[in-house]
Amino acid sequence: MARRLAGTGTAVRFSFEGMAVEASAGDTVAAALLAAGHRNLRASAVSGAPRGPYCLMGACFDCMVSIDGVAGRQACMTEVAPGMDVRRMAAILDDGEG
Amino acid sequence: MIREVDVAVIGAGPAGLAAATEAAGAGLSVVLLDEQPAPGGQIYRAVEGADAGLMHILGRDYAEGRALVAAFRASPAEYLPGASVWNIGTDRLIDFSRGGAIACLRAASIVAATGALERPCPIPGWTLPGVTTVGALQILLKTSAVVEDDLVLAGAGPLLWLVASQLVAAGAPPRAVVETVPKGRMSAALSRLPGALRSAGYLRKGLGLIAAVRRAGVAVHAHAEALEVEGGAAVTGLRFRAGGREHRIACSAVGLHQGVIPNQQISRLLRCDHVWDAAQHCFRPVLDAHFRTSVPWLHVVGDAGGIGGARAAALQGRIVGLDLAVRAGRPDDGRIGALRAELDRDLAVRPFLEAFYAPDPAILNPADSTIVCRCEEVTAGTVRAAVRLGAPGPNQVKSLIRTGMGPCQGRVCGVAVSTIIAAAQGALPDRADYYRIRPPLKPVPLTELAAYPVIGPEVEAREP
Amino acid sequence: MNAPSRPTRRADIVIIGGGIHGCSAALYLAQRGMSVIVLEKDSVGRHASGVNAGGVRRLGRHLAEVPISLRSMAIWHGVADFLDDDCGFQVAPQMRLARTEADLALMRARVAQMQALGYSHEVIIGSNEIRQHIHSLSDEVIGAIACLDDGFAQPYQTTFAIQRKAKALGARFHEGVLAEQVARDRGGDWQVTTPEGTFAAPRLLLTGGVWSGQLAAALGEPVPIIPFAPMMLVTSRLRPFCHAVVGAAGVPLSFKQMPNGTVVIGGGRPGLPDPATNRAETVFHPLRMSAQACISLFPIMAETSIVRTWAGLEARMPDDIPVVGRSQLHEGLYYAFGFSGHGFQLGLGMGSIMAELIATGSTDVDLAPFSVGRFTSLQAAT
Repeated sequence: MARRLAGTGTAVRFSFEGMAVEASAGDTVAAALLAAGHRNLRASAVSGAPRGPYCLMGACFDCMVSIDGVAGRQACMTEVAPGMDVRRMAAILDDGEG
Repeated sequence: MIREVDVAVIGAGPAGLAAATEAAGAGLSVVLLDEQPAPGGQIYRAVEGADAGLMHILGRDYAEGRALVAAFRASPAEYLPGASVWNIGTDRLIDFSRGGAIACLRAASIVAATGALERPCPIPGWTLPGVTTVGALQILLKTSAVVEDDLVLAGAGPLLWLVASQLVAAGAPPRAVVETVPKGRMSAALSRLPGALRSAGYLRKGLGLIAAVRRAGVAVHAHAEALEVEGGAAVTGLRFRAGGREHRIACSAVGLHQGVIPNQQISRLLRCDHVWDAAQHCFRPVLDAHFRTSVPWLHVVGDAGGIGGARAAALQGRIVGLDLAVRAGRPDDGRIGALRAELDRDLAVRPFLEAFYAPDPAILNPADSTIVCRCEEVTAGTVRAAVRLGAPGPNQVKSLIRTGMGPCQGRVCGVAVSTIIAAAQGALPDRADYYRIRPPLKPVPLTELAAYPVIGPEVEAREP
Repeated sequence: MNAPSRPTRRADIVIIGGGIHGCSAALYLAQRGMSVIVLEKDSVGRHASGVNAGGVRRLGRHLAEVPISLRSMAIWHGVADFLDDDCGFQVAPQMRLARTEADLALMRARVAQMQALGYSHEVIIGSNEIRQHIHSLSDEVIGAIACLDDGFAQPYQTTFAIQRKAKALGARFHEGVLAEQVARDRGGDWQVTTPEGTFAAPRLLLTGGVWSGQLAAALGEPVPIIPFAPMMLVTSRLRPFCHAVVGAAGVPLSFKQMPNGTVVIGGGRPGLPDPATNRAETVFHPLRMSAQACISLFPIMAETSIVRTWAGLEARMPDDIPVVGRSQLHEGLYYAFGFSGHGFQLGLGMGSIMAELIATGSTDVDLAPFSVGRFTSLQAAT
C-alpha cells in the first residue's frame, strides 16, 4: 500500500467512484488516488482489463479518468480540486458487428 | 493576430530552463511553455516547494535544480506553465492548450527540451495496476511525499539505484532490488572505464547509492532473468530467475526501469532526420554542433536529443541560448567555448554507463504473448505476424494492427515496436523505421478544437 | 567509371504507381495471364490509398462514375473471399443528411433522376429511419438520401491485401523505385528509367495519383492536376452510437464510427499538400468549423477528443472526375489517376475494367467522360 510521509499540506476532499478521498493540496489526482489506495483507475478501452498509473508524467495515458463528466483526463496531469467527481473510465468494447 | 516571439522553448527541465534563461538574458524575446504547474522538469520536479526533510531524502543533486529554477525566475523569459504543446507547423506556428483552451504563437526559433521517457519494459504483467516506472515512484515522492510500502524495484540503470536509495532515506526501503544486468557486462564495459574516470564523481556517487541500499538490508538479486509480474486485477508478486533458481517475491507494487530514451515526439512530428544510436539503443534526432536539427529553426537540447543527464542538459541549454543570441547579433564573450569543454567532461562517463547498463536483451525481444502497445493491447506476436504478412515497417504495421494509434501516440511502445520489426526482418535496429508522429501530440477535446481562436480569414471548404 | 549495368526487366505491362488503382489493375491483369511489373516510388498504399477515410460509397456519385462504382460494389460485397482478407469491410448505410426542405427536395430530384436511368441504389429515408442508425443526432435533421448497403473498409489493409493477391498471381512489385523517365524505344516498347535500372513493356499504365501529372505531361498530354490534402481526424473511443457513414448537405463533413468506437471525421477541409516532399500537413484552424459541425449534428461528440489527424495527398481534377482510359497520342499507354478524393471505393472495379480494356482492347463501361482528351482539347480551344 502507498502511504504519505509526514508533513503534508492542506487537506482537499474529492470523490472517486462516489467514495470520499482526502488529498493534500497540490497533489495530482493520480497521486491522491494512489495515496488513498486506489490503483485501478480504468478499464482498458480494448479488453476491459484493469489499468492504473504507469508513468505519472503525462506520457502513457494509462491513468485516464473521467473528471466532472469529462472523459479522458490524465489523472497525473490534473491537480486535485475540492469536490471533484472522479470516475473510472469504462471499457468501450466492439459492438459485436465487427 | 498571431503573437510572434524570437524563441519558444518547450519544456522546463534543466535544458529548457537554461536555454530560456540565457537567451532572455541576452535580450531575445523568449516564451517557455511547459506542461507542469512548476518549473524543474521531471528531474527537478517540484524542487521549489520541497521542504528540508524531502530535500534530505532526495539528495544534493536534486537540490542543484533550485539555482537553475531561481535563475530562470529572475530572467525576463516569459513562463507559461500548464501549457501542453500539441502541434508545431512547418510555418513555426505552435498550437497549445492551456486552462482548457487552445492558444497559438509563432517563434523564429523553437527549442525542444522535452527530456526523456523511460524505455518500454514489455514483460508479462507490466500492464497491471501497481506496475509503474521507477521514475513514476520518484515523481510520487517529489510531488506528494508518497511512497509505496510493498514494493519491488526491477531492471537496470542508475535511476533504479537512485530511487532505491531515496526510498531507503525516506524510511520506505523496497522489499528487493532485482537487477537484470547480465553476467559479463562489467568486462564488456571495462574498456570504457578509463574515459569515465574523467567524470569520476558520477561513478563515486553511483557506488555510494548501491552501498547505501545494501547497507539498509535491502535484498539485492543480481543477474535476474525471465521477469514476470504476477496478478489478476492487481499486482500480487514478481517472479524471476536468478542465481540458478526461481524466485517469487510477494508485493503489491513493482517499479520497472531499463534506462531512459529521448522523447522525440516534436522532432518526429516535424520530420527531422533521426538516427539509431547503437550505444544508447534508441533513436535520436540528428543534431549539428549548435543542437540544430535538419529543420534549421528547430533545436533539440538535453535528453530529448540523446541521453546525457541533467547537468549535460543544462550545459546544452546554456550553449543554445547563448548561440541564439550570438546569431541574433549579440557579441560572443567566449562563454560558449568554455561551456562546450565542460559538457565534454560531463559526458565522459556516458560510454561506460551505456555499455554497462545496456537494456536487458529480454526487453528488446519480448515473448509473443507479451503486450507491447499498452494503449491498443497489441502483443509482440501480433507485430511479428504483421511482419510475416509482408508489412514493411512500423507505419504499415500501425495501419494494420493499431500499434501506436492509441492516446499515447506511440510514446511508450515506439522503440520496442521498431526493434521487434527489425529483428523479425532479420535486420539490425539501425535499419528500422519509426512511426510517423501525427498531430495532435496529445489528445485535444473536440469542444476545445471547436473554439480554436480565429487567426485569419476562413475559407469555406468544398463538400466532398 | 561504369556502374555495373542492370539488365532491363521486361513484362507485358509496367504500372507506375502502387496505390489501390495500380495494385488492383495489377491483380486483374495478372489474373488474365499478363506479366506485370508495378513500380512504386515509396511503399504500396503510402499515400491517398492507404490514408483515406475508407468510405465504400456509391451514394452521390457523378453519373459517369456510377457504372464503375456498381461494378466495384459487387466485388466489395465478396471481398473477404476474393482477397483472403476481410479488409475491415463492413456493410453500413452511407447517408447525406438534410436539414432543410430545399435540401431534401434536391435529394428527391436526384433519386428520381437515378431511377429514370435505371439505378435504384439511392433512396430517401425519413428521420425515424435515420435515427435507427444514429442514436445521437440533431433535431434539425429531417431526412436523408442514402445507400443502405454501402459501407466502409480499412484503406491500408485493403490496398495491402490487393497487393498480396496480385503478387500471388505473379505480379512483381518494386517498391522504393522512382520512375524517372518514360520513353518509347524503336521496337515500340516503353522504357521506364529508374535508379534501379530500366523496366520495359509494350504497355504502360499510369496510376500514380498526384505524381502522374509530370509523366503525362512529359508524354505530351498535360492535365491540370490540383494537389489536394483532405484532412482526417480520429477521436478517442465512444460507446457505439452511429452505424452509418454520414455526410450532410451544406457541411463539408464525412463522419463514421468504427467498430472499435473511434470516430473518423473527414470530408474536405484541406491541409497543406506538398507532393515534392511527399508531405501533407494538417493545419488546425480550419478544423474549428468541422469540430463545430460535428458537435452540432451529433451532440455526443462533445464528449470526445481528437487523438490523431492526418492528411493524404490526392490528385483533384478541375471537374472532380478522374482521367481514365487510353492515351490519345500513344498506342499502349493508359491512364487511371486523378480520382479527386473519392477513388477508394472505385479501386477494385476500376482495376477489373482497366484489365479488360488493356487485355481485350475494349470494355463495355463508357470511359469517354474520363478521357484525357477533355483537357487537351480544352487547352487547344483556348
